[in-house]
Amino acid sequence: MTANIFDDLHADDETMGKLHRRLEHAADTDGVLDVAYRTIDTPVGTLLLAATPVGLVRVAYDVEGHDAVLSRLADVVSPRILRSPLRLDTVARQLDEYFAKRRTTFDVPVDLRLADGFRRSVIEHLRDIGYGHRESYATVAAAVGSPKAVRAVGTACARNPLPVVIPCHRVVRSDGSTGQYAGGPVAKAALLDLEAA
Amino acid sequence: MKVRPFEEVVAEHGATVLRVCRAVVGPIDAEDAWSETFLSAMRAYPKLPDDANVEAWLVTIAHRRALDVGRARSRRPVPTDTVPDRPSPHADPAARDPDLWAALQRLPTKQRQAVAYHHIAGLPFAEIAELLDNSPDAARRAAADGIKSLRKTYQKDQTP
Repeated sequence: MTANIFDDLHADDETMGKLHRRLEHAADTDGVLDVAYRTIDTPVGTLLLAATPVGLVRVAYDVEGHDAVLSRLADVVSPRILRSPLRLDTVARQLDEYFAKRRTTFDVPVDLRLADGFRRSVIEHLRDIGYGHRESYATVAAAVGSPKAVRAVGTACARNPLPVVIPCHRVVRSDGSTGQYAGGPVAKAALLDLEAA
Repeated sequence: MKVRPFEEVVAEHGATVLRVCRAVVGPIDAEDAWSETFLSAMRAYPKLPDDANVEAWLVTIAHRRALDVGRARSRRPVPTDTVPDRPSPHADPAARDPDLWAALQRLPTKQRQAVAYHHIAGLPFAEIAELLDNSPDAARRAAADGIKSLRKTYQKDQTP
């Protein structure tokens, strides 16, 4: 059978891995690696990290469905997406340090194109809430100049494109309960506990 | 249907395109041809129509890139020792079996291409004819003749 002959042209994993890395470098150099991504294992589950040439554009929890998140990035940013850890090395290292309690702030370029308008101003404000601190949804609403928009602040936090790195987990209900979170209430409580300990 | 992340295209079609490149240009140039193919494809990917046959599109690019790589090699005066990544003989079963390369390389170019595009990539003869600039019948004959020659010249270890 002809199929047997061509089995000898079999493409092994080692070669495919090498060719993939070569493509990552060539695409980056050529300016066509519009979105690079990788995953990282953390105490709150596997996080997807994605970056444009501008900076970190998305952090996603398992529960958000990483495939769905990548499809959405293909749709709204660019389909020129590769798994390419190199661009995410710095943020991955900083996240490791954060979860090991050796880091309290993130110092990486960010690309906030996935949040605009009111959501963008909420996200910008969240960046000013320091490690270990908490603000209520109402406080955030007042801080961005829309004291009545408490519910909209909740939505903006829930749709934060960069959870953990931009600390929407530090926004809690006025009664002190933790409230909603893109990564689920357990993940939110875990981050608050980590920073409180 | 929405456009999928390019990573999925590499994952789904990368191995087949490498086998096509190996069959057409041989084991050494195949990796250059593959790399050129996927970089070109990634450049053009956002403009690919939603209903395009992605594998046929990749084979079309590979067909052109393989020609480029072949030309570059024939211009290269002397092989140097600075070539970074030669296929490892351990990683590459085909490299352990030079008979298949020899048999493929003895085929006339169009037969080798027709065999690779049809029997490895599964392209219909009508599409192969466009690449080879001949008719579907001629493409079918080229593939059949190529397979016949391979059966004669490459008979090693074909049965378990």
